[in-house]
Amino acid sequence: MANVLHIVVCAGIVPDPLQTLEPVTGPAGPGLKNEMVLPAVLDPWAASALYEAAALAAKNPGSKLWLLSLGPKAKLQQVMMTVAQKVAFELVPIDGPIGGFPDAHATAAALAETIAALPGLDRTKLLLFGGWESATRGAGVTLQLVGERLGITDQFQGVDQIDLHEDGSFEVLERVEGGKHQASVCAGMPAVLGWATGNLAEPRNNPQVGMANMRTIMPALAKAKVAKLEANGLSYLSVALPKQQRETRVVKDMTPDEIAAEVVAWIGAE
Amino acid sequence: MENILVLTHADDSGSALTKASLEAVTAGLEVAARLKAPLTIGLVAVDAAAAAGAVASTGARLLAVSGEAFAQARYATDAAAVEAICRAANASIVLAPGSSRFTRIAAGVAHRVGGFVDTHITALSGAESVEASRWFYRQRIEAVISRAVRPWFLLLDAGTHAAFAGATGSAQIEEIAVQLPSIRTTVSGFRAPAQDAQTIRPDAKMLFVAGAGWTKKQPDGQTHAAEAGELILGFLRNTSSSLGSSKSLVDQGGEGNSVLPFLTHLNQIGQTGSTPRHAKGLSTCCHGEEPHVVGWRFIADRRAISLDPNCGWTRGKADVVYIADAFAVMAKVNEKLEANKA
Repeated sequence: MANVLHIVVCAGIVPDPLQTLEPVTGPAGPGLKNEMVLPAVLDPWAASALYEAAALAAKNPGSKLWLLSLGPKAKLQQVMMTVAQKVAFELVPIDGPIGGFPDAHATAAALAETIAALPGLDRTKLLLFGGWESATRGAGVTLQLVGERLGITDQFQGVDQIDLHEDGSFEVLERVEGGKHQASVCAGMPAVLGWATGNLAEPRNNPQVGMANMRTIMPALAKAKVAKLEANGLSYLSVALPKQQRETRVVKDMTPDEIAAEVVAWIGAE
Repeated sequence: MENILVLTHADDSGSALTKASLEAVTAGLEVAARLKAPLTIGLVAVDAAAAAGAVASTGARLLAVSGEAFAQARYATDAAAVEAICRAANASIVLAPGSSRFTRIAAGVAHRVGGFVDTHITALSGAESVEASRWFYRQRIEAVISRAVRPWFLLLDAGTHAAFAGATGSAQIEEIAVQLPSIRTTVSGFRAPAQDAQTIRPDAKMLFVAGAGWTKKQPDGQTHAAEAGELILGFLRNTSSSLGSSKSLVDQGGEGNSVLPFLTHLNQIGQTGSTPRHAKGLSTCCHGEEPHVVGWRFIADRRAISLDPNCGWTRGKADVVYIADAFAVMAKVNEKLEANKA
């Protein structure tokens, strides 16, 4: 018999990784230059979580999938135009600041408060999904804090696979050191899973799914509650681009044998 | 005045501290000396008394949680153990290794004790207070941060400090009792490729990165994935390098194209992968654009082999770029490495 799951995916939005990023400091603290006009995408690891959640929900009829995202409403709308075409979900937007510099604890508090108030959510069926780290702050703590605030003490990070059993228990593979996975069996929901890449490819765009999603996304965005994030004593003493320019030697006129000799010598050099 | 706690845990043996834990001990000793603050070391292990021998010479107060329940890395038990140590130590600064075991629980524990956490710390500085360096936007922007609230948990990236290597001795530990929660999760083991097929080697001197070009059509109009696989594995055998890959190459496996069967998502380097630390890195058939290169932040000496003279590597991201066919070059490299061995 299939399990009915209530899956909440927490996913932020991040600048498209091909964009040039330049830090600037304003009255509210550090940020990115032209941050609001940089093209944005759904956070890559959180996107893996969303696709895995959708696949899991599809295999378990009666399940429900919420996508919870905190960011400026205008940017959320832009990103959702694309994401909505991938899989079916109910968007729960929170209108808040963008970027990696706000404090993770404050973000987690806003997310947890919203999840706790989700109409129709049965916490005994809850799987809380997200990326194990974001591509902005990259701290890997937000999801864990949300889980802790919701009283969930079965938490897994760096997840690449979940196998749900008929009795509601499930096996999880988590990334650990040395290119290995730790396999664990959890008795059942609720649980927190911070996803790494998983095993699914990005779903193809489906305009029908997109249209169905957008019917609920636009009203949800219009009603998005505003979150003001506290700094929690966090201060930035400096924020800068690294000195990354190297004096590159471009070698165009050597034979493969000559290059190989140089590479082998380089490998052996201390 | 600050009060420093360093959290450590045992390795799979249950009675020896991990290298990353010993690195955190070094960091703790440095910070405690700089701030003239007392140092406590907390241990989570099956046999903490045995594990504590490695840090006996620090002279620090040693708090330990021991028992079979802590043989497995699991949120419920590890969080309970570390919470108990933190409450007993009453520290203002908590340093811990950024291992998978402590990364899983540090934020939760910080929340339980009313603290705050920052992770992926690469350096600790500050004469009068603690200042921590970390990266944002996948190693593209570096910041130095501080917090005015306590306790402040700081998870240190592996390889940022030398492992503590003081004399091993008999240590006086204070055992901390832990009220275990109900345990709903059982660790059933580890999954890893067979030893001879393991391509991820965090302690290797060299990182070898294979890009999507290895499975593209070659001048004869055909793909040569099998040959590419042999060349790559041959190089790994000859040099004991660690293998990294671009996302696009790993993803090809899910799209039914020619793939290198030994590659998994665990090999991914860059925006959606890892950022390993190795002394040298050799990139092949990878265009060196920013999503890939952010994974090279901690590779000191970088070389690349690419057919594209305008690839990202040539724009100040590598030390040397060879404009050449990686198939031809790597075949010669392997020949020479095997000849050197013989």
